[in-house]
Amino acid sequence: MTERLFEGADWDFRTLQRITDACEEVALKDLGLDVYPNQIEVITAEQMLDAYSSVGMPLFYKHWSFGKHFAFHEASYRKGLMGLAYEIVINSSPCISYLMEENTATMQTLVIAHAAFGHNHFFKNNYLFKQWTDADGILDYLDFAKNYVMQCEDRYGRIEVERTLDAAHALMSHGIDRYPGKKKLDLRAEEKRAGRRRQHEEEVFNDLWRTVPKGVAKSRSTLSIERRRKLLGLPQENLLYFLEKSAPRLAPWQRELLRIVRHIAQYFYPQSQTKVMNEGTATYVHYRIMTQLHQQGRITDGNFLEFLGSHTNVVFQPEFDDPRFSGFNPYALGFAVMQDIERIVTRPEDEDREWFPDIAGKGDVMGVLRDVWANYRDESFIGQFLSPKLMRHFRMFHLHDDPEERAGIRVDAIHDERGFRRVRRELARQHDVGFIDANIEVVDVDLSGDRRLILHHHVIKGSQLNETDAKRVLQHLADLWTYDVALIEVDANDKVLREYVVSPRPIPAAVA
Amino acid sequence: MPIHIIDRRLNPGGKSLENRQRFLRRAKSLVQGAVKKTSQERDIKDVLEGGEVTIPLDGMHEPRFRREGGTRDMVLPGNKKFVEGDYLQRSGQGSAKDSGPGEGDSEDAFRFVLSRDEFVDLFLDDLELPDLAKRKIAQTESEGIQRAGYTMSGSPANISVSRTVKLALARRIALKRPRKDEIEELEAAIAACTDEAERTELVAELERLKAKSKRIPFIDPLDIRYRRFETVPKPVAQAVMFCLMDVSGSMSEHMKDLAKRFYMLLYVFLKRRYKHVEIVFIRHTDRAEEVDEQTFFYGPASGGTLVSSALQAMHEIVRERFNPSDWNIYAAQASDGDNSYSDGELTGLLLTEKILPVCQFFAYLEVGEAGGSAFDLSDSSLWTLYERLRNSGAPLSMRKVSERSEIFPVFHDLFQRRETAQEKTAP
Repeated sequence: MTERLFEGADWDFRTLQRITDACEEVALKDLGLDVYPNQIEVITAEQMLDAYSSVGMPLFYKHWSFGKHFAFHEASYRKGLMGLAYEIVINSSPCISYLMEENTATMQTLVIAHAAFGHNHFFKNNYLFKQWTDADGILDYLDFAKNYVMQCEDRYGRIEVERTLDAAHALMSHGIDRYPGKKKLDLRAEEKRAGRRRQHEEEVFNDLWRTVPKGVAKSRSTLSIERRRKLLGLPQENLLYFLEKSAPRLAPWQRELLRIVRHIAQYFYPQSQTKVMNEGTATYVHYRIMTQLHQQGRITDGNFLEFLGSHTNVVFQPEFDDPRFSGFNPYALGFAVMQDIERIVTRPEDEDREWFPDIAGKGDVMGVLRDVWANYRDESFIGQFLSPKLMRHFRMFHLHDDPEERAGIRVDAIHDERGFRRVRRELARQHDVGFIDANIEVVDVDLSGDRRLILHHHVIKGSQLNETDAKRVLQHLADLWTYDVALIEVDANDKVLREYVVSPRPIPAAVA
Repeated sequence: MPIHIIDRRLNPGGKSLENRQRFLRRAKSLVQGAVKKTSQERDIKDVLEGGEVTIPLDGMHEPRFRREGGTRDMVLPGNKKFVEGDYLQRSGQGSAKDSGPGEGDSEDAFRFVLSRDEFVDLFLDDLELPDLAKRKIAQTESEGIQRAGYTMSGSPANISVSRTVKLALARRIALKRPRKDEIEELEAAIAACTDEAERTELVAELERLKAKSKRIPFIDPLDIRYRRFETVPKPVAQAVMFCLMDVSGSMSEHMKDLAKRFYMLLYVFLKRRYKHVEIVFIRHTDRAEEVDEQTFFYGPASGGTLVSSALQAMHEIVRERFNPSDWNIYAAQASDGDNSYSDGELTGLLLTEKILPVCQFFAYLEVGEAGGSAFDLSDSSLWTLYERLRNSGAPLSMRKVSERSEIFPVFHDLFQRRETAQEKTAP
């Protein structure tokens, strides 16, 4: 005999426990999910705002920009311009989900199913997360980062640390390894290494070294360009990594700060590549769990209707000419594709058999979905699984806007037989992070000459960098590099479109 | 699998306070500008409230490499009538170009809410609170009452129940007063007892216990304690601020605005020091009257100029309502410096004899027209008079102001003690 998990909207901690147990039963037994242990925390609106401003992490180093974001969110929240998320979930082990205290019991159930099981499964099983993040170590690493930044402030001054962090933040989106390197990040070892390095420095510190006259630098002009580039690991698209390893005049603690920022950027890299999938998975999972609980009679019809109301809001996709439209809603798109996969696997039509011969009519919905969740990211997921039926459902069309074209914006493809593949390819491309971020890499540096650092931006489709921002970021880059930095924008035919040269600002003596 | 559910709601709040302070420190000049601008639009009493300020985002911008322009491709939902090969007008609906700059604009200004403390801190910035005021506060004291332990006697209203019951309990235990359950137990034993000899013995025992519990009362007058209070000297935590202003025809709007700003600063400053600050507005032409703030700054008035009338009015108000031993009295006078010659004698006398002795601080602000530098003004009759008084040792602070931007520095000067000390020695 099953009994109701709760009545009405009120909940207490025993209710939460019952809800979590019930969700877990469905998630593990019926859906066959594989999750990290769960930790559920109930928080207030203010704490939610806190979490917002420190990129959702429970602990983070101190920096003014987080204060700025907090002030901004707080102002818009107070005015009612912005609602707060029902939950925040952290890719860590144990997997921490924050629930807002003002959610109703139904909402808490939805949120637990969504975050503690949906997202959690995705974090644990998706290949990108497995490859790039270390769920066991992240909280310890953040703790280390927080303390390290604090110690640096004590030792070297707040202004100095802030300057370095500002520069690192500006380059954060270019502090990522996009291709699997030699080894997986082990953040705990990383933390120990930093400690050992510092300890070693302290042990071998001898003030006398400062007084030894510095010899004439050995000339390296004999090095061929090829060899030089190879030694520096060029071309290098991870600018922060390059600076950390090769910037000539950074103090060890500054390199460590760059490393911290780089690691954090890397930790979030999979999330930006799997927005649609991640939300789609979580939404699909909560939908399945809630339906199951309702069928078991553990949620009343009234509460189920409340759930359906919020669910519908979450997966609402306004059309392009709707004032509410702001791009594709990842929840809507992800959930729709996953439901569509369920349909293809169980009730395929002829069209589906033609488009998806591997999964059509296979019968095992969860098996197929678990495989999809594990092995795809947004780009490949959409490129593979967006079906003609769904394109028709969303009535998708592809616009091509060439500023040179006088006639206006061309409709390149629509949801018809001729356009399906092109629409799908283009939508997949829109979700390719490698394609969205500017492709900038360090190509050369003359360490024996004027030490100018040369970067290339490979311009795609004539889309160049915003000038004001580019100059500011380059200023930060030059400050870290401490010599001139040149950024050259080249198109696909290596034709130079534009060149920036920035010199470092004079920095108060402290750095050298 | 074990699931931890944790209630974080009780965790200390303000986790992001530190970040916020960093942000404010960083944006200090911007926020300060915004604060000053906001405060100009407020009434004196409201100037202290925190509130929303807007700063340009430019200085706080976090740059990133962003791409823009070039050919764009987009896939959109909701096709209704387009077919492949159609062309859409750029300016028309569906063109994403229009939304681009619009989104950018909303980022240009950054609005957020400052708390009251933050607002005042930024408003006063690095202003030193003068020692002058502090020393005088310590001198003027009043009596207050404060709890000070217990006493054996007092009024019934002050009985401390918990202490009384505690003592009674201690006494009952010490004197071995039989407890209620002991007696009940014995009575039960008597009822159950069959043996006659034993029964007599038990009854005797019961009698003895009953007599004892009657002898030892539950609460004895000895037990009663009263809360004791002591009177202690308390520093005066209230101040009154007199705003005196010449509103005769020669005072222009600009001059009044300068004066208002000065009063505002004084009010903010006093509000930080004292719990309770009252403001008295006295405006005068050739006669003085106490008015409300609106009338003070904006009410029409005309007539000649007799400064002594305002001082006389202030003196009377002090005598009636503000006993100098209870109140810290501050006064700030703003004028264009005109005064009728015949009034000089009386003004000087009133000031030195009646006003200055009861005031913590008396500031005279001579306001001039915009454009005229303070040094170009020839000394006015009032300025000459006050200067003479000051040179003969009267504790007067005085400044000339003709530009809005000078108000804050002048206020700064006046409230730095070192400055005032120098002022006295240097002519």
